[in-house]
Amino acid sequence: MTVTAIVPDYADRIETADAPEKFHGNAVIYVHWEEHLSFCSALAFPLPLAMPFGALVSEVITPYYAAHPDAANIVWDKVVWDIDGGKKAPDFSASLEANGLGHKSLVRFWTPGLNGWAGSAS
Amino acid sequence: MSGAKKLGLKQRYAHMTRGLDWETTYQPMDKVFPYDRFEGIKIKDWSAWEDPFRLTMDTYWKFQAEKERKLYAVLDSFAQNNGQTGVSDGRYINVLKLFLTGISPEEYQAHRGFAFAGRHLRGVGPRVAAQMQSLDELRHVQTQIHTISHYNKYFDGLSEFRHMHDRVWYLSVPKSFFDDARTAGPFEFMIAIGFAFEYLLTNLLFVPFMSGAAYNGDMSTVTFGFSAQSDESRHMTLGIEVIKFLLEQHPDNLPIVQKWVDKWFWRGHRVLGLVAMMMDYMLPKKVMSWKEAWEIYFTEAGGSLFTDLARYGLKVPKYADVATAEAEHISHQNWAIFYQYTHAAGFHTWMPDAEHLDWLSAKYPDTFDKYYRPRWELWAKLEKEGKRFYNNALPQLCQCCQIPMGYTEPGDPTTIAFRSSTYKDQKYHFCSDGCKDIFDNEPDKFVQAWLPVHQIFQGNCGGATVPDVLAWYRMNVGADNMDYVGSPDEALWNEWHAEKLRKAV
Repeated sequence: MTVTAIVPDYADRIETADAPEKFHGNAVIYVHWEEHLSFCSALAFPLPLAMPFGALVSEVITPYYAAHPDAANIVWDKVVWDIDGGKKAPDFSASLEANGLGHKSLVRFWTPGLNGWAGSAS
Repeated sequence: MSGAKKLGLKQRYAHMTRGLDWETTYQPMDKVFPYDRFEGIKIKDWSAWEDPFRLTMDTYWKFQAEKERKLYAVLDSFAQNNGQTGVSDGRYINVLKLFLTGISPEEYQAHRGFAFAGRHLRGVGPRVAAQMQSLDELRHVQTQIHTISHYNKYFDGLSEFRHMHDRVWYLSVPKSFFDDARTAGPFEFMIAIGFAFEYLLTNLLFVPFMSGAAYNGDMSTVTFGFSAQSDESRHMTLGIEVIKFLLEQHPDNLPIVQKWVDKWFWRGHRVLGLVAMMMDYMLPKKVMSWKEAWEIYFTEAGGSLFTDLARYGLKVPKYADVATAEAEHISHQNWAIFYQYTHAAGFHTWMPDAEHLDWLSAKYPDTFDKYYRPRWELWAKLEKEGKRFYNNALPQLCQCCQIPMGYTEPGDPTTIAFRSSTYKDQKYHFCSDGCKDIFDNEPDKFVQAWLPVHQIFQGNCGGATVPDVLAWYRMNVGADNMDYVGSPDEALWNEWHAEKLRKAV
């Protein structure tokens, strides 16, 4: 369904605010650590899609989630990944793009055995 | 007394509106009123509009001037008696910061929206009512600014409210709500703001702020609330009149109106999450919990309203049940957002103390201890260890309501609700089914949303670092933002109270 507008060509007049070319060569990638809601929502990062998945883990996910006491205990090869709604085992040496990520992709991960502070998902 | 007999109010009103709805001849009516047809609303008889107030302009001015004389007398005496030192606690001022940055600018938006509706609806009854409401809203923003300006002499976070409203990330939530309403046609605006906001949800906005002010010793804000109250009853009447009028005029209006009611109920519910957090976390002396307020003002009052409207075929808004279930959670989830982004907030945050946590446990016996107390315990522990918890990344935002996507799945408070749509090969993310439906109905509108996080990434917000962005917000770092404990506000408050104690001894 389209917008009910006073002009017939509304759809031709608009500008998509977050079109991929507006991000200076980066794509917006969202990351979310499941069962750790001390981080109130998924986190957003502008990243080059050529970046290896392993670098996303070591350069982005690790430092930004470090404030949680569970962070130090993550065993990365036991982590369960979900990329845009599908369970995947990402190739850490391949790029984000080769792992199927694109602009505004959502990466969710579960850390078996680590379920938040006192198991409360916090 | 000799001469002309004075006219009664009813007669004066008839004279005031006489001929206002004349048929134009130089230009066709549809060109003079280009906006009141395109939304698909069918009006057969504009004269069926009932205006129960029949307020004439001179009565309006006389009445408002009287009220405002009283308000300004109270404000003067509040200032002369240093009323700011008598509120419950220095933390209370943060409620006013939230109000002035998040609500008062929307009064101005409402003023402009009703002026537009008043110009563009061709019926004389709604035009008069909408124009008077437009004046009310302009007076409200002025009296709010005057009332709160007194606090600006002493406390941080208030001085740049107008600038902040257009830029700061969380203020895009109420701003985008009104931008959406004001870029709709006049009928949708009337349903959005007149009915959904001013009728259905208004008590959840004004009662918490005004009774919060009363409980916390802020007589200036209470008086503003009283002064606005008689206007609000007129606004509520307009809100209910517009919905009945549209539904009575033509059966084809029902599906259009139902869609607007669904949309604006959900959007209003999301904006009111800020009030939920204010009630449960920011008032030093609590009035009632958000959940209790929701039960009284939405579940009960809204329930009987929709029973009444059922005769027109109008149903309870879609996802009202989800919103009611969320009343258990949103205040905790929202305060958690501000706690971890305190460095980017224009008001102070704080850790709830033991008594406060127990109050929350008592008010939310089924959920607080299980899901939210552990979060505060973890953060309290980290604070004690000198590792106060901050979120140093930017949050994912909902494309529709623009709130960080921190809301959880219905029935599972341990899992974030992720919803998404693909439109013209692009992905869009939503916090809820309610927000996703709104996007899916009007994607071309919502792909234009100014999402603060994405705008920062695009380089449109002053720079790439947090200090750059805060400077662009005109946030006075170290004074406006961060925790209350350790703030200049707290130091000032403690100084006032040390003085009071010295004098008492």
